[in-house]
Amino acid sequence: MTNIIEVEGVSKSYGGVVANHKVSMEVPVGRITGLIGPNGSGKTTLFNSVVGYQPIDEGSIKFKGQEISKMNVQQIARLGLLRTFQQTRIYGNMNGVQNMLISVSHRNAAFLDMFKPYPAEMKDKAEHLLEFVGLYQKRKLSAGDLSFGQQKLLEFAMALMNDPEVLLLDEPTAGINPTLINGLLDRLHRANTEFGITLFVIEHNMRVVMNLADNIYCLAHGELLAHGTPDEIQNDQRVIDAYLGAH
Amino acid sequence: MSFSQREKLTYAFLLGFGILGPILFPAYTFQIAVLWIMVLFAQTWDTMGGQMGYNSLGNIFFFGTGMYICAITQVGMFYDVGVYTAAHGADKAVFTDTQYYIGLGVGLLLAALGSAFLAAILGWTVFGLRGPYFAIGTLAIALSAGELIGAWEWVGGGGGIALPVYPGSGDGKSEFFYVLCFASAIATFAFLKWLYTTRFGLALNAIRDDEDKAEAMGVHTLRHKTVAWTISAFFLGITGGLFGNMTGFIEPLEVAFPTITFGIFMVAMALLGGKGTLWGPVLGAILFHIIKETTWTYFLGWQWIALGVIIIVNVVFFQQGIMGYLEDKYPHWFGVEVEESNAIDDQAKEATQ
Repeated sequence: MTNIIEVEGVSKSYGGVVANHKVSMEVPVGRITGLIGPNGSGKTTLFNSVVGYQPIDEGSIKFKGQEISKMNVQQIARLGLLRTFQQTRIYGNMNGVQNMLISVSHRNAAFLDMFKPYPAEMKDKAEHLLEFVGLYQKRKLSAGDLSFGQQKLLEFAMALMNDPEVLLLDEPTAGINPTLINGLLDRLHRANTEFGITLFVIEHNMRVVMNLADNIYCLAHGELLAHGTPDEIQNDQRVIDAYLGAH
Repeated sequence: MSFSQREKLTYAFLLGFGILGPILFPAYTFQIAVLWIMVLFAQTWDTMGGQMGYNSLGNIFFFGTGMYICAITQVGMFYDVGVYTAAHGADKAVFTDTQYYIGLGVGLLLAALGSAFLAAILGWTVFGLRGPYFAIGTLAIALSAGELIGAWEWVGGGGGIALPVYPGSGDGKSEFFYVLCFASAIATFAFLKWLYTTRFGLALNAIRDDEDKAEAMGVHTLRHKTVAWTISAFFLGITGGLFGNMTGFIEPLEVAFPTITFGIFMVAMALLGGKGTLWGPVLGAILFHIIKETTWTYFLGWQWIALGVIIIVNVVFFQQGIMGYLEDKYPHWFGVEVEESNAIDDQAKEATQ
């Protein structure tokens, strides 16, 4: 099993607050990896470090064997390592199709490509993916007018439009009603199996993460607490104390 | 009436007005030429401020630099600029017809390219700023450019430069520059209309809506921002070159870098018409110019108050501007069909099926 992301000994402090301390983890290619932990345990900090949002203090982050910890957000995104946001971010004044089209990967974009129109097959792909997440009927509405759950689905579809190799999802089901969660869960599985995208998911909903991921990392106080299969994690006393059931 | 019919009608009306206006009202030729300059101002400002969401208060910088580059080229091709400006027009420099037209042609070209080049250079520094900081930063560029040119004796300093005199009658001059202004406004409109249909247009809108998201999706944001400013600067450089020649005499503070008049007007016009729309800046510029000229003529002394009231009402009660309001209220006028959508709950269920 090869690892597409390798995080090794990564530390990150904000002033005196240590958000990540010597965290190491591996994301195997083609699988779904979960990341859990109590609030403030450093999950989003780690995501931010991986996608280049902030410089790390020490350690190494590799994507397909290439060191990326010194690269900026756009360069990393163009490598095919993409993230969605905890606070959903879409382009509010543009309609669904436009949101999709601008999300087409800029990986191989030459300078003059920006003055080209979008070919018909890209529009087809955009509509197909909107259909995939169930937003086809809403495709001509301003994305800002969609409900929160629909915006999450749109953001997910936009990420798929980009053809990423790895998708980092920061709480994909937060704030979504239970019916929609099942649908989203199904779409996430299909993104992994049908489109072959490796997923790395932060999730607070235990039912979701235990169903979704085939291996899970647990962070607490900025340090790696445990790693294992969903069963191992659910039965790990340290995880239970730190997070799952201790009061 | 469909969207395309309505659009054709608008084109016909504007073209008709542009061609017939100076024929029917020859006394207003200069005024209508200035109207097209206003349209150019609003359109080029909107590329940045409306489509991309970067409110530049310093776009007038490119108008001024274009004006000066054009003037210096026109003089410098045939005379020593330092000697010419030192004489303050006292030493009559004579330009033949050929010299005049060649100088003007080359001058306008260099004005466009020079302004675009400066935009590309400045872009690397100012695009680190966002929001109000970008607005103030660009304003500072325009203000300091005025002061720097004022202190530069070689180009005439605060005393300015008299431009080569048009070889022909006064009416001939008005008509000549009218045609150039009108053509520039049309060319700019056509170019921007095309530009907004390309990937570039969507990228500008994406930067406006959420630049961090655009970065996270791998969009070359700095590249797009810089090119957008370069395009604005290109057309503003031509505008400056034309306006300098129309007035015949240029100096840094009132004519070339008028931050508090033209520099603010271009923002006000785009906001009035509806920023971020294709037609908004055109409509805004026309309305603004008419209101401005009317108040200047009939309510002299109150003109600035009238303009202030318009800007305040616009900004406080009517932020989308006229076109923004219409697009919101009557989307079908603009060719946007909204399909009958089900209630949100049905959609949520659908999404899960």
